[in-house]
Amino acid sequence: MTLLEARDVRVEFASRGRRARAVDGVNLAVGEGEIVALVGESGCGKTTLARTLLGLERPTSGSVHYGGVPLAYSSRALRAHRREVQLVLQDPTGSLNPRHTVYEAVAEGPRIHRLPGEGDLVASALSRAGLRPPERFFDRHPHELSGGQRQRVVIAGALALEPRVLVADEPVASLDASVRGEILALLLRLRAELGLSALVVTHDLGLAWNIADRVAVMYLGRIVESGPVERILTSPSHPYTQALLSVLPESRSPVVLGGEPPDPTRIPAGCRFHPRCQVLASGAAAEAGVDGLCASGELPVLPSSAGSQVACHHAEARSARHEAEPETERL
Amino acid sequence: MTLLELRDLAVTYRGETGDVPAVRGVSLGLEAGEALGVAGESGSGKSTLAMSLLRLLPRNASVSGEILLDGEDVLTMSWGRLRAVRWASASLVFQGAQHALNPVRRIGDQIAEPLRVHGMATGAEARRRVTELLEQVGLPAWRARGYPHELSGGQRQRVMIAMALACSPRLIVADEPTTALDVMIQAQVLSLIRSLIAEHGIGLIMISHDLSVLASTCDRLAVMYAGRVVESGPSREVFTGGRHPYSRALAEAFPTVGDPASRMAPKGLGGDPPDPAHLPTGCSFHPRCPVSLVSCASEPVELRVAGDGTGAPHTAACVHVSEESR
Repeated sequence: MTLLEARDVRVEFASRGRRARAVDGVNLAVGEGEIVALVGESGCGKTTLARTLLGLERPTSGSVHYGGVPLAYSSRALRAHRREVQLVLQDPTGSLNPRHTVYEAVAEGPRIHRLPGEGDLVASALSRAGLRPPERFFDRHPHELSGGQRQRVVIAGALALEPRVLVADEPVASLDASVRGEILALLLRLRAELGLSALVVTHDLGLAWNIADRVAVMYLGRIVESGPVERILTSPSHPYTQALLSVLPESRSPVVLGGEPPDPTRIPAGCRFHPRCQVLASGAAAEAGVDGLCASGELPVLPSSAGSQVACHHAEARSARHEAEPETERL
Repeated sequence: MTLLELRDLAVTYRGETGDVPAVRGVSLGLEAGEALGVAGESGSGKSTLAMSLLRLLPRNASVSGEILLDGEDVLTMSWGRLRAVRWASASLVFQGAQHALNPVRRIGDQIAEPLRVHGMATGAEARRRVTELLEQVGLPAWRARGYPHELSGGQRQRVMIAMALACSPRLIVADEPTTALDVMIQAQVLSLIRSLIAEHGIGLIMISHDLSVLASTCDRLAVMYAGRVVESGPSREVFTGGRHPYSRALAEAFPTVGDPASRMAPKGLGGDPPDPAHLPTGCSFHPRCPVSLVSCASEPVELRVAGDGTGAPHTAACVHVSEESR
């Protein structure tokens, strides 16, 4: 069952006199007990989308739904929403107040929400986050903890409100390599023990492979491909996903895209990836007769369904041909 | 002659609360045209090692051992000689290059600075060289007139690499050159670094916590833990067939996408990297080691021959190594 959902969400900002379309039409659903990875480069809009799902950003159009009910933006409704959907920040050193003890850091949420039994909530959140026995950590300050322990405190702070969804923005990017796996294993354990759902925002495809059920690849404000991790990360259909996978250190034939991630104030016409697309550049799109479409044909916004889907003229043409003449394709 | 040779290098920071040993006896060699990756986590001493190569450590660091650059010991050089060596023979690409550029000076002037300081080029000649350097790192020549804020993170990192190349050094030390960058930009910068080594025969020492990035860029790898090299050898062997349990853990930390063994199974080590001020006794890795023996807690292990002895040298400092290979 779908728990948290973005329906045709658009978020625009004013940027130096121009409109930046940070999120430009996105459907995304996180099911109960599901871990979804939202991947993309910096500036693709993934963090803005996550903030919108948390109610921290108000969509310009479209809506956020929790448990099928559209999110209202009154302070009472937002407060209720944030008990259910909690944010885990990326840099534990920056997100913990250095003068607060671990207890105070974790108790902040229950105090704001005036929950009874604060001490028990803090203790159980800490021990769920793997800081055991919790009492030993109560009076410690962030500087007395290692990087991995600090990230556990941040996660405990989110768990103290007993949410049903965690939104984690690059949860392991600032951690040491050997600690990374432990924190990811913790997210999997929380799902197994508490049935927690999670949306993990990351640029790291290895992380998606490690813990996510489903992956959504975002490029310049849109989701360009989504589906089950096994499917998307082993046989991607979108040229952008293919390129992202090809530059992983282990890959044999990297496709290094030129240029920098493009500018949300100037979204290209047609397929927004076409100026950097290696399939278009290689002439394969022209061969399939879709090169004109790539440069000018609008692509539909992908629905939030669970199966594999891709927004690419060339991939569509190929699958259409595949259905028409399956024999030749197999050869 | 070996381009760079470290002999029993040790660096200790003297602090108010006692001495902190950051690097504890490291010996490494690097030939021209070779790339050596140094892997490790926070506190492993890898950045201290990088800074010590050009004597860039703070005053409270005491250094012992030898750092031979073309046979000449960097540690005993006069200041005048050291100034000549910096940039001209060996240069450094810092981590977080975004903040290492001067925001109020034009990019061209910043790249030309080492040329001017070392009296290698002035005026029109310096401008020509800047254009050439920008082209080498894949930036258009008109960028020389621009300022750092006009560039993206990846482009700024390219400018840092152009500066490091300015005086045609024989050695480049790159400390986490791609850490803050996106995957695609990281791939661009890494392929630039690889082509520069190949074309100019420069020796490269690249430092990172990501073993998979190092393995794809470097010929050899040295894995550091708590100030020591715990394994060193050809990249492929160390990355895919590490003999030290810590090397294996680092290699597994970044999964290969598509590998069924790591699907829904993130791997990590229990515990945390050790605090250099309070190192464990014996083998420093033993408290986190999945295969430690009772003796590991008291007896330190030196590097041992870990390869089959036929190929390039491969060593690892683990008590299990000799048992397995004999």
